[in-house]
Amino acid sequence: MVNIPSSINDPIPAAEVEDVELYHPHSWWTTYVFSQDAKVIAIQYSLTAISIGLVALVLSWLMRLQLAFPGVFTFIDADRYYQFITMHGMIMVIYLLTALFLGGFGNYLIPLMLGARDMVFPYANMLSYWIYLLAVLVLVAGFFAPGGPTGAGWTLYPPQAILSGTPGGQDWGIILMLSSLILFIIGFTMGGLNYVVTVLQGRARGMTLMRMPLTIWGIFTATVMALLAFPALFVASVMMLFDRVLGTSFFMPAIVEMGTQLQHGGGSPILFQHLFWFFGHPEVYIVALPAFGIVSDLISVHARKNIFGYRMMVWAMVIIGALSFVVWAHHMYVSGMNPNFGFFFATTTLIIAVPTAIKVYNWVLTLWRGDIHLTIPMLFALGFIVTFVNGGLTGLFLGNVVVDVPLSDTMFVVAHFHMVMGVAPIMVIFGAIYHWYPKITGRMLDETMGRIHFWVTFLGAYLIFFPMHYLGLLGAPRRYYELGESVVNPPSAHDLNIFITMMALTVGAAQVLFLFNAAWSLRHGKDAGGNPWRATTLEWQTPTTPPPHGNFGKELPVVYRWAYDYSVPGAPEDFIPQNEPDPENRSREHAS
Amino acid sequence: MTDVVETETRVSQPRPDGLRGFASDWASDQRTFKNVSWGKAMMWIFLLSDTFVFGCFLLAYMSARMSTTVPWPNPSEVFALNIGGTEVPLILIAIMTFVLISSSGTMAMAVNFGYRRDRRKTALLMLLTALFGATFVGMQAFEWTKLISEGVRPWGNPWGAPQFGSTFFMITGFHGTHVTIGVIFLIIIARKVWRGDFDTEKRGFFTSRKGHYEIVEITGLYWHFVDLVWVFIFAFFYLW
Repeated sequence: MVNIPSSINDPIPAAEVEDVELYHPHSWWTTYVFSQDAKVIAIQYSLTAISIGLVALVLSWLMRLQLAFPGVFTFIDADRYYQFITMHGMIMVIYLLTALFLGGFGNYLIPLMLGARDMVFPYANMLSYWIYLLAVLVLVAGFFAPGGPTGAGWTLYPPQAILSGTPGGQDWGIILMLSSLILFIIGFTMGGLNYVVTVLQGRARGMTLMRMPLTIWGIFTATVMALLAFPALFVASVMMLFDRVLGTSFFMPAIVEMGTQLQHGGGSPILFQHLFWFFGHPEVYIVALPAFGIVSDLISVHARKNIFGYRMMVWAMVIIGALSFVVWAHHMYVSGMNPNFGFFFATTTLIIAVPTAIKVYNWVLTLWRGDIHLTIPMLFALGFIVTFVNGGLTGLFLGNVVVDVPLSDTMFVVAHFHMVMGVAPIMVIFGAIYHWYPKITGRMLDETMGRIHFWVTFLGAYLIFFPMHYLGLLGAPRRYYELGESVVNPPSAHDLNIFITMMALTVGAAQVLFLFNAAWSLRHGKDAGGNPWRATTLEWQTPTTPPPHGNFGKELPVVYRWAYDYSVPGAPEDFIPQNEPDPENRSREHAS
Repeated sequence: MTDVVETETRVSQPRPDGLRGFASDWASDQRTFKNVSWGKAMMWIFLLSDTFVFGCFLLAYMSARMSTTVPWPNPSEVFALNIGGTEVPLILIAIMTFVLISSSGTMAMAVNFGYRRDRRKTALLMLLTALFGATFVGMQAFEWTKLISEGVRPWGNPWGAPQFGSTFFMITGFHGTHVTIGVIFLIIIARKVWRGDFDTEKRGFFTSRKGHYEIVEITGLYWHFVDLVWVFIFAFFYLW
């Protein structure tokens, strides 16, 4: 037991959490492959997610090549183009972003940052990864199935998703897609229950909820949301699978296809849209909230200042999470609805901007007069704020019914959601990888390569998506295989398309540099030591780096303060780790 | 194989009553729900998630039933059995519901005897619960067979809206799967209770963790949930 000085006015209660039984591996297989250690599972999740994400990246290049040079690449026909769109969207949103933030960062950071030995159910955690991998393999199988993957668009709207006019609609594509989603949700639930229970019931002594780093708050809130939102997608997938395989008519109205009356009748395509978006809108925040949390910590650490308004940040996240369940129909304004519903959903959508704006102000106020170190994680954090504000503002445009209806299904929407939930979270992911790579491997990523990677990615991504707003306002529709010479596609717009494609290829090339950096630094990177960023949170206070199985030494850490004691006046250093007792109690915790 | 990291465990401080107690739990360190084990917390959160699954199924069914333009088959007639020359409406469903609700009672008794360390009674009551569950699934299979023989298919039926068959098979099938999984778990746990695994703290085959009698209660939580879901299915599908 750690001897706790009685002079501290915030006494640390005795240990009450049950003993952790760790499964210690004996062979190479149970150490590195079928491991129950959350850190190994995190790396498995991350590598799988990044690998499948690279597939989606290549798909985006192919789409851009088609848009810039229609007819030049003859292997990209209309069917393939739609397949690329669908798979790009689905992979990026679910199999990359959700899996990487929750399965990757969640697994690595939750036990370490909370001072726990491991997740509460390591075995279920391991199963979660293997089912996720199976889901990815089923998804990839679509590329090799007869007829190819589904080309229904990532929203998979019926009835077109299961009709013969859509690629994969009457082949294996849609079946594999839906099966993969069902598997993903089952696997995610196993992991998600772990994350939630670990946060609620497995914290270190002294670690109250209001002392948790915002990273954990973000991942925790997002996981709770995912556990409540994914069921809707699960149900929608099961029902569409039955429509396709058993010939039921949940979503299929009476349809005449190619002059033949189909067997379906009486189903409601709108019902699918409601189920899909009841999942789909929370999904946006399932991706965004972990990014919010991580970026708060990156900014605080690298600006050597406590996060501004910690409590406000926590409550803003919780409120965003709750509100995101009552805004879903703003994706369906053009589907037709009672104007009163449109009014309701527009109002709730705009209200979300309030807690979100609070967060942005607090990030900026944290930077205000901070000791800003322009490290690579900080650069990415700053890049996130810029792209997120940009994408968030266009979200206000699209949340209004009258503005949304003309802009719907144009490139403006593509620009909006790529800015806000594509580029912005990816910026945070890169920042987080540069930030925690030293803890995971014990070595720093190369600084020069990192700076090149940041500037090309940030400026390049901006140059890809910013011009798309203009294309959208001009009326250029999204999801069109080719536009030809038309009012919405004058030669100037076409030149812009070529420019965007060039930028997309450049940004893609920069990611190759990043991958090279990650591989090269594994052997040749600068030795990081235990706490290279001089950060306060518990993962940097482990006895060895990388942390061993069980994370901490014989004694679990005891937490005496919040995660943001940077530049505390009178303290010997400009940071005080969370597990450091301080008889003079110089914490800034209660000032927030 | 496994290795227990010993930390000193003490009973938590006495906690104030009412809203203050609630606030102090959420403001405290280590655990939000005091004296709730990890397994039990996980089951509750899983059930919350599963509630959303069944909620979506039932809402989808209700929206299909309310928006259909062809008549919805009358459940009282469809689910009637001919007993001694008279059509008794919903008789089978009533028996099924009775059996399932009874199984909740035996389950609750099993939990009680589990905490009293009465291995024999616990195991027998769990097996009885499993038997009730299997009976329920068996009667459901009978009901499916009867409807299928009368021409009900997922894509259509002789009496009206095709969504009748599709929602019926989907929802009762999904619920029946839950019951079946519950029966399997009940049998596995009953076997462990019978062998005395939880007295010797024998380690699990997969998880290599020590077992406790609490698993009986956790299985019970799941079982009661499955019962509760049936009550909603009964009300919304059969009685509507």
